[in-house]
Amino acid sequence: MENNTLLPEMLKIERIVNEAPNIKSFFFKHPLGSKPGQFAMVWIPRVGEKPMSIAGDDGKEFYITVAAVGPFSNAKHKIKPGQLVGIRGPLGNPFTLKGKNIALVAGGYGAGPMAFLAETAIKNGSSPKDIHYLAGARNKELLLFEKRMERLRVNVHLSTNDGSKGNKGFVTDILNGLIAKSRKTKQSIDGIFCCGPEMMEKAVFDIAVREKIGCQISVERYMKCGIGICGSCCVDPTGWRMCVEGPVLDKKQLSQVKEFGVYHRDAAGRKINF
Amino acid sequence: MKNIDLSTTLCGVKLRNPLVLASGIVDTTASSLIYAIENGAGAAITKSISPEPRKGHKEPIVHAAGMNSMINAVGLSNPGIDAAIQEIKDAKKRTKEPIIANIFASTVKEFGESARRISEAKPDLIEVNISCPNVDDEFGKPFSCDPALAAEVTKVVRKNTKIPVLIKLSPNIANISAIAKAVESAGADGITCINTVGGMVIDIETATPVLSNKSGGWSGAAIKPVAVKAIYECYRAVKIPILGMGGVLTGKDAVELLMAGAAAVGIGTAVYYRGISVFKRVNDEIEAFMRSHGLKTVKEIVGRAHLKNEPYESLI
Repeated sequence: MENNTLLPEMLKIERIVNEAPNIKSFFFKHPLGSKPGQFAMVWIPRVGEKPMSIAGDDGKEFYITVAAVGPFSNAKHKIKPGQLVGIRGPLGNPFTLKGKNIALVAGGYGAGPMAFLAETAIKNGSSPKDIHYLAGARNKELLLFEKRMERLRVNVHLSTNDGSKGNKGFVTDILNGLIAKSRKTKQSIDGIFCCGPEMMEKAVFDIAVREKIGCQISVERYMKCGIGICGSCCVDPTGWRMCVEGPVLDKKQLSQVKEFGVYHRDAAGRKINF
Repeated sequence: MKNIDLSTTLCGVKLRNPLVLASGIVDTTASSLIYAIENGAGAAITKSISPEPRKGHKEPIVHAAGMNSMINAVGLSNPGIDAAIQEIKDAKKRTKEPIIANIFASTVKEFGESARRISEAKPDLIEVNISCPNVDDEFGKPFSCDPALAAEVTKVVRKNTKIPVLIKLSPNIANISAIAKAVESAGADGITCINTVGGMVIDIETATPVLSNKSGGWSGAAIKPVAVKAIYECYRAVKIPILGMGGVLTGKDAVELLMAGAAAVGIGTAVYYRGISVFKRVNDEIEAFMRSHGLKTVKEIVGRAHLKNEPYESLI
């Protein structure tokens, strides 16, 4: 009956890598055993605790990638290697790899779990040429893990809203193009995975429904406990807790979550429209 | 043998089984209350509803040091009574099982106002939280520490609603049965025993209190003996029914609280340790116990640990 996901493990920050201006990765030497899509509750003593998705985990070391936005992330950016941070995890349901030719669609910081998923697919025997990493961001400064994905030799498709790198526009534009192009070959896209801002995710979901392609999407909701008791991350009308039954939902589940792409709730539980 | 009846009655409200989703556990929205009921709960209680929205304490709000237990200081986050009324109305539309509204306020007058307002939503019962241990800094000692204050809150709530009222008591006092007696004479229809036990956890690696609120409320297996004693004492002290809670993880735990005198049993922390399906599982375990012990109704179990004509004073 007992498990340990509640107990924060106090871990030393092993090293810190600058990914982009104001975006850093924090590495921990610890066999967390997480899978792409899972998250950890990250506690900075006397500052606070927040859910963070795991951006990479090779079984010996894992890391989280964070932007210096808000007091919590700013505090994290002041942290130095050697400092102790509390980690509870891995938590939540991961992505389940399905399909041969897959599109991994990342928006902003959703790049972490998507890049991690690409690595996992290859580890599980997928060919890099069957994997498409689609990353979209507001501008080139916010595009993440391009080099990491190029090293894997997967197909990298980039898009920025301002056109400072890759395609100018939305990541969904390149997804539409990729699906259409793939249909003309024998490598038709048959699996879509997505993590990013919710309106982008909703657009990706609509494409998956229209094109009848299986998809899994990570749904972010306000989380306080991370272990399914506080109820902050329950969605309507199913009542599923995104920290337990989510955050990764498949197409069938998503179609039942009527609030997806419509509203979420704040710390008090008030509805806030997207 | 299909003649085992798990139903029970709490303050005149019929429950299909004795398990109730405790207040504060996944219960802000209508959908989450329904989710617990779909998973087997006989009734579901909302989070404590305050007149105005509250964001609650900063995270970390929960921690467990093992022992199938946990400590929390969520800080009574809720969307406020206006939004909560809508959520309860919605929940009532979606289920036939009882929905219990838990209210909380900072003054006696506000408790009355909240009771009147929340009755608009027609919950089956109102549970009054006079005992949250996690907001002392904000509100001073809870109303549950003083029999006269507890009675005053009960009276004003009673006056402002026709719906049966449960008063939720704190174990963090010297004599819980004195409070139980006070709220009974003030007109309470039942009591909830017990709220969480005050506690604190420090991370020794960084010499830091883990919860942002520093102290919090212990729940889970570690507090079961505290709950059993409180229920046992209150059962002797008052005639009104008791909703027992504290440390119920298994069917045997539930039976123990029923035997101490609870008419129904709350489940909270176990939602973490055994998952949301805990309600179904504990019901199955209660049924198995009843079967192996030749018991056919929950009523036969309630108060079974008490000897007939045992004087109340013998306990204290």
